Amino acid sequence: MPNHLDNVLGIHAAALNLRAQRAELLAGNLANADTPNYKARDIDFKALLADAQASQQGRGMQTTHARHLTEAGTAAAPEALYRIPIQPSVDGNTVDAQREKAEYMQNALQYQATLHFVDGQIKTLRTAIRGD
Amino acid sequence: MFKVFDIAGSALSAQSLRLNTTASNLANADSVSSSTEQTYRARHAVFAAALNDAQEAVGVDVRGIVESQAPLRQEYRPDHPMANGDGYVFLPNVNAVEEMTNMISASRAYQSNVEVINTAKQLMLKTLTLGQ
Repeated sequence: MPNHLDNVLGIHAAALNLRAQRAELLAGNLANADTPNYKARDIDFKALLADAQASQQGRGMQTTHARHLTEAGTAAAPEALYRIPIQPSVDGNTVDAQREKAEYMQNALQYQATLHFVDGQIKTLRTAIRGD
Repeated sequence: MFKVFDIAGSALSAQSLRLNTTASNLANADSVSSSTEQTYRARHAVFAAALNDAQEAVGVDVRGIVESQAPLRQEYRPDHPMANGDGYVFLPNVNAVEEMTNMISASRAYQSNVEVINTAKQLMLKTLTLGQ
């Protein structure tokens, strides 16, 4: 049982944050679908969530700067990585609009799922407080 | 998450500007003139990522509108009121096929960015009702 109010939401608060940041990145990719020389970017969600989990459980290394390395070898701030293009275009753009759209939709669904978990935690707390 | 609206919004305005230049080019596809200087030239918007080296999500910027340097069409029409001394009129270097593909591409990109905004809006509304 979490004994600190900040920890009530568990990993889901960090996950929700990451999902929101990923939505921004994917929206940026879609916005630049016709920009010459733009390279599509994404974050490594799994590695970043593992980092968040490690630091929540107190196992992670302390970071005092956004560019400090963490246990998993990634930077503390979500680092955008370049996507490997399937069909690079002549103008140097690596955005695959279909793929980005699919990823965006999937991310939106996963955001809603995480939101559901957070909602559940809040409802649990409320039940405990009211005692009914 | 709020940045999604800025990013997709910048794409909407960029794509609508592209649609406007296409409309202008197609409307002037047959605007004749009597000298090369006065002839309408096809206009194209130049897109660039708003901040290309940043690690975060970026929108799209319109860097300017350039005139096509393709050679103008010249036609021998001595009876035309706009014909020059040698009996020639000049026609714009608008490529109708190129403009049509540009139009389709711009309208599809516009649609997908509207969908991105709609999805982000739904996610935000769901987040606002958290814990209720």
